[in-house]
Amino acid sequence: MATGIVVRKNQYYDSVFLMGVNKRLSQMRGVTQTAVLMGTEKNKQLLVDIGIRGDQVATVQASDLIVAVIAETKQVVDEVLGNLDQALLAVEGDAPRSSLRTFEDALAAAPSANLALFTIPGEYVYREARTALEAGLNVFIFSSNVPVEEELKLKELASERHLLVMGPDCGTSILGGVGIGFANAVRQGRIAAIGPSGTGLQEFTTLVHHAGYGISHAIGTGSHDLSDRIGGITTFAALEALEQDPQTDVVAIIAKPPGANTLKGLGQRLSTYSKPVVTCFLGVRSAEAASHGTRRVAPTIDDAARLAVECLIGTESNAPTGLSDTELQQAADVRQRWSAAQKYLRGVFAGGTFCYQAQQIMLERGLRIHSNAPLDLGLRLGDPNTSVGHTVLDMGDDAYTLGRPHPMIDPTMRKQRITLEGQDPEVAVLLVDFILGQNASADPVGDLVDPIQRARETAQARDGELTVVASICGTETDHQDLSLQRRLLEDAGVIVFPSSTRAALFCAQLLEPG
Amino acid sequence: MDIKQRIQAANEEAVRRLTLGDPVLIDIAPAADVMPGMQGKWITHSGPPIEWERMCGAQQGAIIGQVMYEGWADRPEKARALLDAGEIHLAPNHHHGAVGPMAGTISPSSPVWIVENRAFGNRAMCRQVEGRQQFGEYRNGALEALRMWRDVWAPTLREALRRRGGLELNPIIIQALQMGDELHNRHNASSSLFANAMAVAICEAAIPPERALPTLRYLVGHNLLFLGPAMACGKAIADPAANIEASTIVTAMARNGIEFGIRVSGLGDEWFTAPAPAVDGLYLPGYAAADAGLDMGDSAITETVGWGAFTLGGAPGILTLVGGTPDEALTHSRDMRKITTAQHPTYRMPTLAFAGTSVGIDIRKVVQTNIAPIIDTAIAHKDPGYPIIGAGLLRAPMECFKQALIAFGHRYNA
Amino acid sequence: MQEEAHRVLQDPLVVISVGVRTFAESLEHQGIEVIQVDWIPPAAGDQAMIDLLEDLL
Repeated sequence: MATGIVVRKNQYYDSVFLMGVNKRLSQMRGVTQTAVLMGTEKNKQLLVDIGIRGDQVATVQASDLIVAVIAETKQVVDEVLGNLDQALLAVEGDAPRSSLRTFEDALAAAPSANLALFTIPGEYVYREARTALEAGLNVFIFSSNVPVEEELKLKELASERHLLVMGPDCGTSILGGVGIGFANAVRQGRIAAIGPSGTGLQEFTTLVHHAGYGISHAIGTGSHDLSDRIGGITTFAALEALEQDPQTDVVAIIAKPPGANTLKGLGQRLSTYSKPVVTCFLGVRSAEAASHGTRRVAPTIDDAARLAVECLIGTESNAPTGLSDTELQQAADVRQRWSAAQKYLRGVFAGGTFCYQAQQIMLERGLRIHSNAPLDLGLRLGDPNTSVGHTVLDMGDDAYTLGRPHPMIDPTMRKQRITLEGQDPEVAVLLVDFILGQNASADPVGDLVDPIQRARETAQARDGELTVVASICGTETDHQDLSLQRRLLEDAGVIVFPSSTRAALFCAQLLEPG
Repeated sequence: MDIKQRIQAANEEAVRRLTLGDPVLIDIAPAADVMPGMQGKWITHSGPPIEWERMCGAQQGAIIGQVMYEGWADRPEKARALLDAGEIHLAPNHHHGAVGPMAGTISPSSPVWIVENRAFGNRAMCRQVEGRQQFGEYRNGALEALRMWRDVWAPTLREALRRRGGLELNPIIIQALQMGDELHNRHNASSSLFANAMAVAICEAAIPPERALPTLRYLVGHNLLFLGPAMACGKAIADPAANIEASTIVTAMARNGIEFGIRVSGLGDEWFTAPAPAVDGLYLPGYAAADAGLDMGDSAITETVGWGAFTLGGAPGILTLVGGTPDEALTHSRDMRKITTAQHPTYRMPTLAFAGTSVGIDIRKVVQTNIAPIIDTAIAHKDPGYPIIGAGLLRAPMECFKQALIAFGHRYNA
Repeated sequence: MQEEAHRVLQDPLVVISVGVRTFAESLEHQGIEVIQVDWIPPAAGDQAMIDLLEDLL
């Protein structure tokens, strides 16, 4: 045990300040006790009480500063007293951001705001979004689990005021080149998109970009907008806005099938729409839809992008719509390398729309595809954790995401599922999507490449080959480095396609060469 | 009028009364002379009502000290026996027109500061402020300051004050808030201004040096001198805002080391209590958090009227208690805006661009925002027999405001 | 009125973000002015209090 004292003559410090200094000194390693005091009689008595005395203390005046240290070793005492000047400097902590805690506070602080972005739990959205709409702001609601009656009230209110409600459960919009939520960095241009599915919009916009053209706006409507309950309020509002928008020449709608009444209303509206419209209603069989007037019907997202470009430039494109001869040959070669046991497809999707579209493509080929998010309700998976025959999974479904971020951000659940499927000797094809863009994982391929490689090794050890087919939704301007992502996949033996449509077509060809 | 409109109108009236407060120090007199209805052996204490047996160590220590000071017992054990036998009548200060810091004990011969609110004619009292007995210490000369106050300092100040015709306190409060005081734990400026005024008054009253000098030395050496008058001001300002039908404004916050209690204007005299919180603080040498008692004292009356921790943004000298940065102190002051009703027209804070202090704590806003009033306070030991051991910050318990809101709902919206 | 319809497609975005910061950050990276609200549920999510405050505040 060692003791040390320093006296600084005629140095007045505020007693509260000194308490703070004392706290910092007393927390240093090896220190038993410290006292940092002005030399008043009372304080000198305090020092005596804790065992510090001596001539030095006795002669101290009330205007002098005493610093006393009791520590384990003399070295510690010397170190503490040696750093006294440092300790007497005011500590500047990190000032916290002056935080706004309520939406009303923010409105008062930003009277020119025109968009409110909500990522709060769904049960609280209505009140806040209503306040936003009443204040004249448009609204983007990422939150899900907003009761449908509340969604309806919000959209009716918005409709009266010519405001947009993008959501609830809306992951993507691009307004005037600005990406909101999950969005890819795409060229600005004259083709617009509307849709309830974020990933559907993402892929459409990247395909338009890859074709050399650009996007004016992509308006997310929220996943329930086209139900008969909501009646497509945001979709209709977006159509109206885009009809008047001088930056937009062509509009595409990418969605799952609308409710029957809404589909009818949409058909009527589109028959008088003054700009070309391309509709892609996934899951609606092509025989039931027909193009007429300025409306073109696209069976797949790839078709939607191709047709939108054709409408824009006024000529038919030369792009092949089916698989190329090389791809057909590749499919035939790949089949040869499967073991006798291998026969099934397993799709592990982050993009729910891609999962749905894959089912559409394969069902058309006569394949029986099961899913946790089935297009054919008779093919719903009994247990979401157990695949049956050909199965494609929407890993963004609640069954897999409870308590976790979406698979676009967090790879954990997809890694587990890929590993599981890889252990099944009857699996021949693994189909995976990768989505780049803002707010998505910094390295979507890197996140999954290890389980993919191990699954391929497992199949190889069984004298077969696991065919892994992937699509990447992204552009060269997205921050994840598209060409690197592609190369990583190719190096791992994965067959890579630039769209989920083509990846699904390839898988259909693998399973049903026909 | 629907209930929301009734509340709004009632709160406007409450705030109107709060902002009209015009406190004047009119006298310093023995409590027995000015606290009506108290007979025999009695001691009032800080916080909501509490029985002797349940009191915390420091408050019991202070009461033992007070018993000995009154001469009802000459030893602590005898004092304790009297108290155990129920022979001393105990009651909260607030129930008798008074407030007191820490244990806050007042007995018949205690001279109390008396402040009159000239806007409404009501009065409030506060006991002296010192660093030992009110923290629970009763040995080794801890009672000496009580005796000096009773025998020398208070009578001298009283004579000077009455000769002068009273002392307006708003000028001191307004200036002190602009000089870095927050009027709860930082009273350097206000005490200095007050001492100046009283020094002149003592001279003008021609009080002989044997009383004048010790009193002047007391004034000059006490940097929390003005806390006593300030607390009396707080209660004198808040009391007229009490008992307004349908008002959700808080009219008192008080603690006894076991419970934290609030009173709400539209809910009359009822206390809404929750367990007293621990104080997040700094300690004097020789003491640590394990030694500390829980939050105690009527001094939260200062925060009730918008001073104290509500003005931390303007009191840079007390920042190390806050957590260290000027920005955090400003954030606290801005947060208190969110739970109050209006700005005071004359009490202003230079560091917030001379905005007025925040007045009218609204229990609805406290619950809605989940922001509880912030309070800075001294810390007593958990056991009797110790002086001040530290100081720090705490939040009023949210539970008090929730209970009050439920009671308000039952009474006005059933 | 037609001129008032859907100005959000024409005007520069000024965004109030209520909830998690990540979406706000990606907007700021694109040079958009964002005001972030560190939102907590009213009454910290206490439903009994929310119901009371619905009537009283």
